[in-house]
This record gives sequence, C-alpha cells and structure tokens, in this order.
Amino acid sequence: MREKFNNTQPIYLQILQRLCRQVIRGEIEPGAKLPSVREMAVHAGVNPNTVQRVYSELERLEIAETRRGLGSYITENETRLRRLREDLKNEQIGRFIKDMRESGFSPEEIMAGVSQELKGV
Amino acid sequence: MSGHIVKFTNVTKKYLNQYAVNDISFDLPRCKIIALVGPNGSGKSTILKMIAGLARSTRGSVTVNGKPASRRIAGEVAFLSEKDILYPFFTVEETIRFNAGLFADFDMQKAGEILRFMQLEPDKKVRHLSKGNLGRLKILLVLSRRAPLLLMDEPLAGLDPLARDAIIKSMLSYLDLREQTVLLSTHEVSEVEPLLDMVMSLHNGSIKGFTDVEKIREEHGLSLLDWMKETLTN
Repeated sequence: MREKFNNTQPIYLQILQRLCRQVIRGEIEPGAKLPSVREMAVHAGVNPNTVQRVYSELERLEIAETRRGLGSYITENETRLRRLREDLKNEQIGRFIKDMRESGFSPEEIMAGVSQELKGV
Repeated sequence: MSGHIVKFTNVTKKYLNQYAVNDISFDLPRCKIIALVGPNGSGKSTILKMIAGLARSTRGSVTVNGKPASRRIAGEVAFLSEKDILYPFFTVEETIRFNAGLFADFDMQKAGEILRFMQLEPDKKVRHLSKGNLGRLKILLVLSRRAPLLLMDEPLAGLDPLARDAIIKSMLSYLDLREQTVLLSTHEVSEVEPLLDMVMSLHNGSIKGFTDVEKIREEHGLSLLDWMKETLTN
C-alpha cells in the first residue's frame, strides 16, 4: 500500500527522515542495500525523481553511497551513523524545548515534567 | 533533441465566440510528470487536445518535440482520452493487438506485463468490462507505448479506489522517466500529488500558477490542494 505524507513538508524530506529513523532503529543495517529507485518509488507511491533526490541527499549526507551499476548502500561507517543518531536526538529535543518555551514553561518545569513522564514509561 | 517537449507561444483557442484558452505561453521540460489542475471549463482538455493535434489553435503556435503540433505527430504522442474510444466488440487482447498495429512504438512485451499486473482477462470483450477495468485497459494502452510524450485526460475520473491505486502504481512501475514525459489533467489533486514533479493551475483559459510540487511545500508549507485553492481564488 502507498505511504501517507503530511501536507506541509516536502515529500523527499519525509522519506529521507523515515529512512534515517529506520537506520537508527537498526531496521536497516549498516552496509544494507537500499531498494532500487523504481522499487522504492512503487513501494512509497511517489515519483521516481523524488526517490532519486532522496538517494542523492543520503549520499551527500554520507549516510549512503552509490556503487556504480550496483545501487545504493547504507554506509558501514559507525562514526557517521552514531553522529546521525546524535543529530536526530538533538533535533527532536530542540524542537520540543522550543515548543515548550513558546507555551510559557520554564526550564525547571520542563525538566521536572520530562522526568515525571519518563518514570511512568 | 530540443530542450522542451512542449512549447506554447501566445496560444488562443476559441470555440465560436467562447475563449477556451486565452493567450497562454509556457514550456514543458522533459522527463517529468506534470499535472494540469483547475475547475471544469478551465482549459485543461483543450490544451491536451491541441498538443495531441486533435484541436487547432485559433492563434499562436504549439510545438511538440520541436515540431508543430498536428495529426502527423501522433507517433510521438500517446493520448488517453476522457471519452471512450475503444471498440466494444473487441476483446482485451484484440484491442491490444489493434493498438500494436496502429503505433510503431507499441511494446507488446510491456503490454503483456501490464496486463498481468492489472489482472485483466485477455478474452473478455471490452463491452463487458467494468468501468474500473476499462480505466485499467486505457492506461495499459498508453503506458505500452514508447512515445516521448504521454497525455492523459482525467485518467482517474469516476474510478473506484482500487482501480485508481492500480493506475497510479502502474504509472510508477512502467513509465520510463529517462525518456518519457507525462502530462495529465485531474481533479484528484491530493491523490496524485506524490506522483508529480510539476503542476500548472488553470482558470478560465489562463495560467494561474506553474511550479515544482516540492517547491510548494518547501517555500509555502502548503499541500497542492491548498496551493490550488490559493492560486485559483486570488
């Protein structure tokens, strides 16, 4: 079945983020081969040009590499993958804190609230 | 190979004293999926027909693949019409063979693959096909051609969700975007959005917007539907 996308972010970016999360969760392993552009396009229900852009972007970020005639592979560079994990963490926390401060919460309240919630997990 | 697959220069089309298209100019780049959107009567079908050489402009010039549009370029343009143009007494297989005889670029092997993908029965008569399967057959006939330009007038209109999904999937699977360009008209804007590279919005025979779909999200944070409403109401 085709994937769903939100209305406000570019589709290539949403696919890129999904792939990065799958890599971080270990669902896609280091060194794994990514589906061909066509396969991914059909699977996600998006234009092949969009998938091409995702793969180029992954390559630019050094998360994937293209082997000529073979396709795209997730990097085996552990340092890069650890950094990806850190980046994602910082980005999400940053967004959360910004939201909370805009809603008028102090750093102490945020800390207390997060600890409280985490205890329940 | 000229840079643009389609070029309109100051094109006007009048039916009697009614303007269908009013002095429009644009270029369509190659190797993209492009949609024409807009309310009924905005000029979408007229534009497609002029490109296919099925209607002639009152003023201005239309070129396709570097040549003036006319019936003689039918070999370079595959056209899926909104109207039913198939012979009801043919079977599915006969219809495919008939089209293979009409067009030199018709790829029988591809047609066979799409036939299986669509799960169409080759021996069934066209007159006995459901509306959804008729839609599947029409898209098969267009996608089986290796023409540089594929035109589709409302390929999803009036079809059930399963047929619409099969048609979208078949386009992604069987188009060759290294060589082919698709121009389609549609009202199913949200449904085709992930499929598109570019979109042109039309109103009363004029172009209200023409841009990359991802740019609409990137620069305006809007879905295609919201953008369309914005361009058409301002």
